[in-house]
Amino acid sequence: MNTLLSRANSLFAFSLSVMAAVTLGCFVTTAFKDRCVPVQLQVSRIMLKNVEDFTGPRQRSDLGFITFHITADLEKTFDWNVKQLFLYLSAEYSTKNNAVNQVVLWDKIVLRGDNPKLRVKDVKAKYFFFDDGNGLKGNRNVTLTLSWNVVPIAGILPLVTGSGHVSVPFPDAYEIMKSY
Amino acid sequence: MGRQAQGQVVRLHEGIQPRNRSGLDIFGDLRKMNKRQLYYQVLNFAMIVSSALMIWKGLIVLTGSESPIVVVLSGSMEPAFHRGDLLFLTNFREDPIRAGEIVVFKVEGRDIPIVHRVIKVHEKDNGDIKFLTKGDNNEVDDRGLYKEGQNWLEKKDVVGRARGFLPYVGMVTIIMNDYPKFKYALLAVMGAYVLLKRES
Repeated sequence: MNTLLSRANSLFAFSLSVMAAVTLGCFVTTAFKDRCVPVQLQVSRIMLKNVEDFTGPRQRSDLGFITFHITADLEKTFDWNVKQLFLYLSAEYSTKNNAVNQVVLWDKIVLRGDNPKLRVKDVKAKYFFFDDGNGLKGNRNVTLTLSWNVVPIAGILPLVTGSGHVSVPFPDAYEIMKSY
Repeated sequence: MGRQAQGQVVRLHEGIQPRNRSGLDIFGDLRKMNKRQLYYQVLNFAMIVSSALMIWKGLIVLTGSESPIVVVLSGSMEPAFHRGDLLFLTNFREDPIRAGEIVVFKVEGRDIPIVHRVIKVHEKDNGDIKFLTKGDNNEVDDRGLYKEGQNWLEKKDVVGRARGFLPYVGMVTIIMNDYPKFKYALLAVMGAYVLLKRES
């Protein structure tokens, strides 16, 4: 233990071990935490059109427009091992063609240190709400939920759905005149 | 028999050789080893290599994914994942693909796996799923990355779903890929060390 090289070697090995132990500690202490939080969702406006899907498959599909409000307090989900939360609002529904359909309408990144109280009003969907076919017309039950992907500093990447959802029916007829 | 003074004529007895006065004595070690010790060293080396291989293959079986640990190569998922981060994947058949999940997939015809998030899912009654992905840091969805004319991804394109995350550790792999000489030098040094170092 008396040459520079052997001292540097021991120091390096020790610091690696310490870092590994702290990382493991971070992971183990937060791995089984419940990160579910109540969420309030409201939908204020819905409109339905039928146009050619310009985002990909060139077939005439139902295009939905939704305006909504979200309120949630995410303070409890943050702890020493959370780097960011990736929030996403998804619409889930069932059609004749497909048993399960899920479309992400809106997302937001909340970094560690940002304001954890979420309050958005009168927000339009960020992404086009195209169905795979014409299944939105007259659909009685389109459910909107807010979920988040917890990105840790080191550890598990869980997907948590907030408790609280809203189900809305879509109109029976297409809107031809008005634009959203 | 015993030490002889330097410079005098030394009677060489069987098995006793003149001591090498230089510091670095690796090849002296090699000369002193007999066949049995050499075989032992090689066996030791083979044990290390096969243990590593067994652990890797075991992980592949346990997680169901052909590549259970991947390194993030691009910045398309920032600020969640940066270049050089490590991801742990699983690929169980029973888990359905749902919106919001982070999937690692390979586009048909391309070797490089891509790590992005699922934003649209359409699943039929019989279980056929088609889905669309997008990187968090990208403006548009991934249809530009898929094959010509392909609009959706299917289960067979998925390498795995990201379940765990470790920052920075994958940087070593990226350095070894970008500077292959470094990789060969490291392997050569490690191999030489294991083969030539004697258990004293």
